[in-house]
Amino acid sequence: MMVEKLMEIGNSQLDDNLVEVRSLKKYFDIKKDVTVKSVDDISISIRKGETFGLVGESGSGKSTLGKTLVGLQAPTAGEVIYNGQDVTQLDKETKKLVNKEMQIIFQDPHASLNPRMRVGDIIAEGIDAYKLFKGKERENRIYELLERVGLRAEHAKRFPHEFSGGQRQRIGIARALAVEPKFIVADEPISALDVSIQAQVINLLEDLKDSEDLTYLFIAHDLGMVKHISDRIGVMYLGKMMELSNSDDMFTKPLHPYTQALLSAIPKTDPRAAKRERIVLAGDPPSPTNPPSGCRFRTRCPHAMAICAEQAPPWKEVEPEHWTACHLY
Amino acid sequence: MDHLLEVNNLEVNFKTYGGEVKAVRDVSFHVDKGEVVAIVGESGSGKSVTVQTIMGLIPTPPGIIKGGTIQFQGQDLLSLSKKELRKVKGSKIGMIFQDPMTSLNPTMVVGKQIAEGLITHQNLSKQAAKARAIELIKQVGIPNPEERYGQYPHEFSGGMRQRAMIAIALACNPELLIADEPTTALDVTIQAQVLELMKDLQEQTNTAIILITHDLGVVAETAQRVIVMYGGMMVESGTVLELFENPKHPYTWGLLNSIPDVDGPEKKQLVPIEGSPPDLFSPPKGCPFAPRCKFAMDICVEEMPGAYEIGEGHHAKCWLNDERAPEVDHAFAPKKKEAVAVGSEA
Repeated sequence: MMVEKLMEIGNSQLDDNLVEVRSLKKYFDIKKDVTVKSVDDISISIRKGETFGLVGESGSGKSTLGKTLVGLQAPTAGEVIYNGQDVTQLDKETKKLVNKEMQIIFQDPHASLNPRMRVGDIIAEGIDAYKLFKGKERENRIYELLERVGLRAEHAKRFPHEFSGGQRQRIGIARALAVEPKFIVADEPISALDVSIQAQVINLLEDLKDSEDLTYLFIAHDLGMVKHISDRIGVMYLGKMMELSNSDDMFTKPLHPYTQALLSAIPKTDPRAAKRERIVLAGDPPSPTNPPSGCRFRTRCPHAMAICAEQAPPWKEVEPEHWTACHLY
Repeated sequence: MDHLLEVNNLEVNFKTYGGEVKAVRDVSFHVDKGEVVAIVGESGSGKSVTVQTIMGLIPTPPGIIKGGTIQFQGQDLLSLSKKELRKVKGSKIGMIFQDPMTSLNPTMVVGKQIAEGLITHQNLSKQAAKARAIELIKQVGIPNPEERYGQYPHEFSGGMRQRAMIAIALACNPELLIADEPTTALDVTIQAQVLELMKDLQEQTNTAIILITHDLGVVAETAQRVIVMYGGMMVESGTVLELFENPKHPYTWGLLNSIPDVDGPEKKQLVPIEGSPPDLFSPPKGCPFAPRCKFAMDICVEEMPGAYEIGEGHHAKCWLNDERAPEVDHAFAPKKKEAVAVGSEA
């Protein structure tokens, strides 16, 4: 019966969008009369088989968007459409099946693994919750997953503290893979790792994407890695999407002044190029509890005009497949 | 000319329940006046312990300074008494830490924390120290300095806290500024602001800087010389240009290969360094990088290589630089035009 339901969901899919977000809002009431609009009216679609990179600074709402997508948080308003069905409207049982196909890998491999559980049981949490395997089969599946992410079968008996940061992140990846998901949100999966280990984890994620037919939402603030792994990139600032395009266009001809500043801020690893002019933004990002009127970036924008304070710029396709929200275009 | 700071054969161990950890092994380097020297390395490479030893911040026990000397303006810092060391540190060496939230006192207004050093080390009166502190707050680019003087750290954003830390460190016009991952906790646009600020201040005051970081981009943009550390040892050192264009240690190759090229047109597979960092409880007899090194030879596990001189001021501790060693075809592609084609094939 479970399989039938899944087939039903699969058949209702019409285009190549695996996940679609329509006018998604996620607000947090932090005090009486104080609301943080973490995700404010965002619409994006993630295509089957692609890696969608989501970039933004702390407080931009990128993690909130990721968590809302996989159902860890209920949206305040808007739709999350997975494989043609609005997930927010599904009954509990079907929703559980959809949730199985959407998994998440967290940033901090120290905080996201229960220190009192053995690695094997951590990985099998999803298997147990969905009653996929039992006994010997369950054990074999754990071993298979451990080897799949570059660890060894005997690691199943150990506890998380016995592993390095990179190895723990591999455990987190194995746990996400255990229920055979189609869509994985990777929420800053490498930010806490050393440089030489980051590349190991990125290569593993790329291998798995090919072998398991996965679609990724890759959230990060390291623009170099996002460019490396993503097909398309979205840039967020204070809860709003500022720009969206394929990864090459974003880096060669960024449209939004915020994207331009963000790219210009990346330190270049070429000592001869180091003496270049850099766009340095003035000031700090404004408080998310009280964002500026009109365009949220206008207080730090070198090109701000009168209209920017009055009207929020519309979301516009300036060039084919290259969207931005800015009054300059 | 005498160096501003000269560290020779420094050895630092830590006593733990698991045994003695060899955190810093035979580290020697110098810093000249007005120079920016970067120390690069991963967690556990010994980069922070090295500078904390210079600052006298290593608690003993569990730390043991096994050997070596640290000469600052001709004085051996390791032989000074606590009181004498404090005098030197307070007026001549400033330090900025990674996390500005935990290194500022949360119960004291920021302005007072800046003025504190001025009163103790420069014998300024309270009023004069306050005036100078407000000037410093302005100098590091924090708006409304008078108002900010009386605010607590929690009222500052991350970038502003780091600016306040810089103001504290620069208050007494130090000769040497030690910055331990000063921008790691900050967002990229704020990191750009703070790096720019440090560069400007350095040009104005001609302060020497030791910059600890794991971000090679930050190194390329700010430093003149680089020291690469691994497993408690210096594995390579040289000018920024030499290190990025003519690296001679497999670990440096690995670091340069494992970061994506932001400017490159197409995607190259990243070449990670396989394995994990060494166990410092029982460091290998030979080169600490040998177990992860693609080019390791028999001698590498047996004996630690000496520092081979590659060029002026460029040293690498790797047996591959011995004249008896074979030529290796490493995948590192230097960013020179003619070499790119070769490198991308490999």
